[in-house]
Amino acid sequence: MDKSGQAYWFAVLKLLAIILGIWFFVAYGLGIIFASSLNNIHLGGYPLGFWFAHQGSMYIFIALIFIYAKLMGQLDKKFDVHEQ
Amino acid sequence: MDLQILTYLIVGATFALYIGIAVWARAGSTSDFYVAGGGVHPVTNGMATAADWMSAASFISMAGLISNMGYGGGLFLMGWTGGYVLMACLLAPYLRKFGKFTVPAFVADRYYSKTAAATAVICLLVMSITYIIGQMTGVGVTFSRFLGVSNEMGIYLGMGIVFCYAVFGGMKGITYTQVAQYIVLISAYTIPAIFISFQLTGIPLPQLGLGGTMVGTDVSLLAKLDQVVTDLGFSQYTTALPGSKLNMFVYTISLMIGTAGLPHVIIRFFTVPTVAAARSSAGWALVFIAILYTTAPAVAAMARLNLHATVNTAVMKGGDMFAPESSLNYEDRPAWMKRWEVTGLLKWEDKNGDGRIQYYNDKTTNPTAQANIAAAGWAGNELTVNADIIVLANPEIALLPNWVIALVAAGGVAAALSTAAGLLLAISSAISHDLLKKIWMPDLSEKGELMAGKIAMAGSIVVAGWLGLNPPGFAAGTVALAFGIAASSIFPVLMMGIFNKRMNKEGAITGMLCGLGVTLFYVFAHKGIFFIKGTEYLGLIGGANSFFGITPEAFGTIGALVNFGTAYVVSKFTPAPPEHIQKLVEDVRTPRGSKMISGAH
Repeated sequence: MDKSGQAYWFAVLKLLAIILGIWFFVAYGLGIIFASSLNNIHLGGYPLGFWFAHQGSMYIFIALIFIYAKLMGQLDKKFDVHEQ
Repeated sequence: MDLQILTYLIVGATFALYIGIAVWARAGSTSDFYVAGGGVHPVTNGMATAADWMSAASFISMAGLISNMGYGGGLFLMGWTGGYVLMACLLAPYLRKFGKFTVPAFVADRYYSKTAAATAVICLLVMSITYIIGQMTGVGVTFSRFLGVSNEMGIYLGMGIVFCYAVFGGMKGITYTQVAQYIVLISAYTIPAIFISFQLTGIPLPQLGLGGTMVGTDVSLLAKLDQVVTDLGFSQYTTALPGSKLNMFVYTISLMIGTAGLPHVIIRFFTVPTVAAARSSAGWALVFIAILYTTAPAVAAMARLNLHATVNTAVMKGGDMFAPESSLNYEDRPAWMKRWEVTGLLKWEDKNGDGRIQYYNDKTTNPTAQANIAAAGWAGNELTVNADIIVLANPEIALLPNWVIALVAAGGVAAALSTAAGLLLAISSAISHDLLKKIWMPDLSEKGELMAGKIAMAGSIVVAGWLGLNPPGFAAGTVALAFGIAASSIFPVLMMGIFNKRMNKEGAITGMLCGLGVTLFYVFAHKGIFFIKGTEYLGLIGGANSFFGITPEAFGTIGALVNFGTAYVVSKFTPAPPEHIQKLVEDVRTPRGSKMISGAH
């Protein structure tokens, strides 16, 4: 793999680490590990920890995929590896 | 109009629609048959993926499970949606760039080994077949409940419909029927939920209604539910956690990586035109899935409240829930309870001989509840409700119009049929493409392969139907098995193939076998060797859930860790993969040069 190929892959991995970091924090952190303490805060009628497990994490998953798709598209163009 | 006739009309109309689409989308080439020609729009593909993925279990059983589990049910919600983030980021775009028809074809080329490919084919077949049994039995149950035909007749009907559009249309027929099935199933799911949310909270959107306040009061719905269930001796709805927090954590991971590793879902991403389309298509799939999955918690909580309110009049009106007149008189039970009693999914047993229904947790450890129950003279819980009723009877419980009830029937059938078709395609392409064309008869012409694919599909339908009619004893353990296999074998082998250039065939094969072996060992210990009753060997592993309290359903995560670990160690001590394979991995990593998928190289 040439220099720019390596740089591209490094940039991809960095983006993945950020996206999956958020993914993990939301589902496993907010939805499970800290859920009991978050339940003391309320979002409307929802206890917050319960909300993350039953609603919130899914909205964030969707946002993450579209953000990832958009940023990957930009990366592809920047490193000139996008599909023509 | 009479409910039965209305149901026939609505279900019949949806069948006509599916067959019409199948005729329009006939497959003329192997590319049509395996990947719908490879030019499906990402939004269309997202919708089809959602229907493919949301099975009879998602549609019928999930809300009921959540309803019983409360907060802990979130593991299904997060587990079965979070996997799409992994799919979008780690697998779908790279496998799309690789440009082959099937998952084993990737394994075969990346690991330059027929043994690796054969292992992948076996995993795929075991997984898809166990999964399809559930769909076929689901078809039978839904048909017999709603159309008043026998279970067997229901399965024959289902086989016939799938035959029409899957055999002739292949992936192309399946894709466009799945779009129609998605629309049917999502309307069937959300319309009752909207009605019920509006009735209870005045907010039509169930996602908001669940966080809303009860009509005419200032108490939030969830607070009310928490209050009612704890008074009746159940655990608090918003915090209830069956098993340990660690198990919920591991179970969620297992469902996520299992989802990302399910071949019938992965192959859907081969149908889009470009790598970029594969990325966004996973997002669209999740949007369409989330419409159902964010509605399900509302359906679960509201149905639970409605059910308690039906059998205990004090729940809604206020007053003493333990007063004798609060319990519903059995003679006055609503018509829906009578209908479900016939099916055996709902049972009443008058333990204290007062002719009224008491529904509560008789194993409660809550002292207040215990005292109230003893004072009221209740002699044990009298109502058994199967979890599946929650969705199927929900419109009836909430007294919704007949056309909504008929629509739910069509939705349940659509959910089961769409997933069955996706699985059948994964099975038939593994047989006709990976086994026949790649291993046994490499000289097969395209026309011959297309014919073989259709025959394999027809054969799979017959086998699936037979298994649905004569479900083996292990049907109950199949979810654990399917997700366990996907999580512990397919997901790691695909991921390492893309992200670890140094991974070789020795590592991949040992990894798959060890991951699979450990998972099967633990699952069989709990459920019997190959699910044969009486062959459990729990004593050998130190009792049920002996590994840190992890249940067999959640064990795929451990299997995957074992797979990654052994594969890494073995690959360190064995020769690196050949130069051209390392080039192949580099090529897969960049989007440029993706082309229409073909199986011809």
